[in-house]
Amino acid sequence: MKPLSNLISIEDLDAEQVVGILDTAEQLLPIADRRRNSVPTLRGKVVCNLFLEDSTRTRISFDLAAKRMSAEVINFSGKGSSVSKGESFKDTALTLDAMGVDCVVVRSGSSGAPLQVSRYLEVPILNAGDGWHQHPTQALLDVFTMRRHLGDLAGRHVVVCGDVLHSRVARSEVQALRLLGARVTLVAPPTLLPPAPESWGAEVSGDLDAVLPDADVVYLLRVQRERMHRAFFPSSREYARFWGLDVDRLARLPDHAIVMHPGPMNRGVEITADVADSDRSVIIEQVTNGIAIRMACLYLLLSGDTEGAEVTP
Amino acid sequence: MTDAAFRSGDHRPALLLRGGRVLDPASGTDEVLDVLVADGIVVEVGAGLTSNDAEILDCDGLWVTPGFVDLHTHLREPGFEDAEDIASGSAAGAAGGYTALCPMANTDPVCDAAAVAESVWRRGTEIGLVDLFPVGAITKGLRGEELAEFGELRHSAAKVDFFSDDGKPVADSLVMRRALQYAGAFDAVICNHSEDPDLTAEAQMNEGQVSSVLGLPGWPHEAEEIMIARDLILAEGLGARLHVPHVTTAGAVELIRAAKARGVHVTAEVTPHHLSLRDHLIDGYDPVLKVNPPLRTDTDVQALRTALADGTIDCVATDHAPHAPEHKDQEWEHAPCGMLGLETAFAVVNTDLVLAGLLDPLTAIARLTSGPAGVRDVAGHGGAIAAGREAHLTVLDPEVRWTVDGRGLHSKARNTPFHGADLVGRPVHTLLRGRFTLRDGKVQA
Repeated sequence: MKPLSNLISIEDLDAEQVVGILDTAEQLLPIADRRRNSVPTLRGKVVCNLFLEDSTRTRISFDLAAKRMSAEVINFSGKGSSVSKGESFKDTALTLDAMGVDCVVVRSGSSGAPLQVSRYLEVPILNAGDGWHQHPTQALLDVFTMRRHLGDLAGRHVVVCGDVLHSRVARSEVQALRLLGARVTLVAPPTLLPPAPESWGAEVSGDLDAVLPDADVVYLLRVQRERMHRAFFPSSREYARFWGLDVDRLARLPDHAIVMHPGPMNRGVEITADVADSDRSVIIEQVTNGIAIRMACLYLLLSGDTEGAEVTP
Repeated sequence: MTDAAFRSGDHRPALLLRGGRVLDPASGTDEVLDVLVADGIVVEVGAGLTSNDAEILDCDGLWVTPGFVDLHTHLREPGFEDAEDIASGSAAGAAGGYTALCPMANTDPVCDAAAVAESVWRRGTEIGLVDLFPVGAITKGLRGEELAEFGELRHSAAKVDFFSDDGKPVADSLVMRRALQYAGAFDAVICNHSEDPDLTAEAQMNEGQVSSVLGLPGWPHEAEEIMIARDLILAEGLGARLHVPHVTTAGAVELIRAAKARGVHVTAEVTPHHLSLRDHLIDGYDPVLKVNPPLRTDTDVQALRTALADGTIDCVATDHAPHAPEHKDQEWEHAPCGMLGLETAFAVVNTDLVLAGLLDPLTAIARLTSGPAGVRDVAGHGGAIAAGREAHLTVLDPEVRWTVDGRGLHSKARNTPFHGADLVGRPVHTLLRGRFTLRDGKVQA
């Protein structure tokens, strides 16, 4: 596969690279899953988690991924705009570069920030989520999880339901699924669809019930309750009734279909507790797979290996 | 102008601009002629002029036009001199072929009082590279609530006859209606920043396919069109004078075209960047491309070009908006809106419209001179090149190719979206009252 220099957007990858990352993660999964030991693969490397937006889950996942491969991890956190911290965005990036880190994992509430940072830095940048734009490791861990359950994703049908407009996960997810040949249907209240959704290469529907019988995966997106205050939808109750997944709707799915969610869930809004905890849900598996995917990405960015990991647990 | 300013044009040798293609929209002239200038005044325009004592300026192959007029300039003084000041902005104007600039009111303090307008105007006169025609605020502090003192501003030394809260819309329809009404008492023009603020609350760029993929909150074209439609309806009902700044959408063009056909007293401007650049350029989140109103789609660009050619849009105005690099070097979301424009305006119009066959040279020059001069009183700038008139002239090389370098501009700021672009055409000389403010491409400080 072509070597990775940065991982900022799924758009920058080709299908072979996505498969390469998934295959690498497959080899690393036993280590990701293991509670104690680590492997020395990235010993001596320093990974910086630059988190300009709070995200405990994602930061911990990256932290564990780096540590299981013996990399050192430093954390640099800050909230809000760089200027409100009294240091410019550019200076923060240049400072990290001068400190000699080997890779920067960037999380930001601002769409585009990781790409902007990459223009100031020589070292690889790994996007851990930027604004509404991209969350590539989330999409990769999701397609990894789907592949483990369904095999080859070509021709499979994935329903992505929820707040697509504000979702960096949805943007990355659709691109990754399209690269692997899957069919995607976006389901959302019309107010929570992005402009020109057809340009994403996905189908669009407002009717969740209609698309369920034909779905291999139902992927639910988090809906923030505060959205109702800006007139996106009238109430959580109404949202749940028309776009939430409950046991009745679960029954409409084919037997092999799985239910996914990037977390954290709003139980009772986009997904009921019964569905979240059902045997169709693979939501907890996604979390473990996330560590394997992040290990694979760090490994491919930092080791220069283009053939996939030769690491044995 | 003041007597002092006028006298500064005195007692210099006469100047004979020989053999240039005179493009004078006011008289419809487009032919190779000589122009004799003395004591700050055009003495004669004709073929084969001679003068015993005049300095000869060879204009062979060059265009001789009225000095350009910019209705929409942010000079940032007072208050934001880290980005630009009246001296640097005037130099940028002279370098761009401009002899008259209209500095916007969103300074600190806001230009909502005669004293502020007069201080800006006086500072411009002291520097002497361009004449300034300050824009007054529509409302005190640009807050959209109480009217600024139009009468005091109109009767000040700055003679303000053009009012705008540019950067902020007058969102309250009643305040806008009263502003249009009240301005009539002073023969003044109201220019409302066309943006429905409810529709652009978090907006970062044009809403469409590009914003969808980039994950940036969209700025719908409806936000601009709703405000323009409202203002046109109000102006029509009152018979008032309205100017629409920086038109950017195909729908807005249609609204203005229909209003003009109904006889509404409306004029409109478009910026060089909206005539040239599209939203898909934003794929790298370079904040230099962040501007209000935002870069739109190809359909919009085509509509704007057509509207400028057919006169629906009266003029090109730069919306020259300098920002210091430390403000632009931020996350896209936090970077301020605005682009430089004065020093590239002619080249962009020439390259993208004239050389593309969409505008003939005389019409292009009209949109930079007589067009804006018809919107408000700019004391003879942009007017005819004729005997007895003040010699505000620009001499252009329409064929020279150059590469824009943001660091090489006269502005203090560097936020030109055309950095690295290869453009055709550039001012060679600019004359303000017969005095060189730009000579052989060099600003005459």
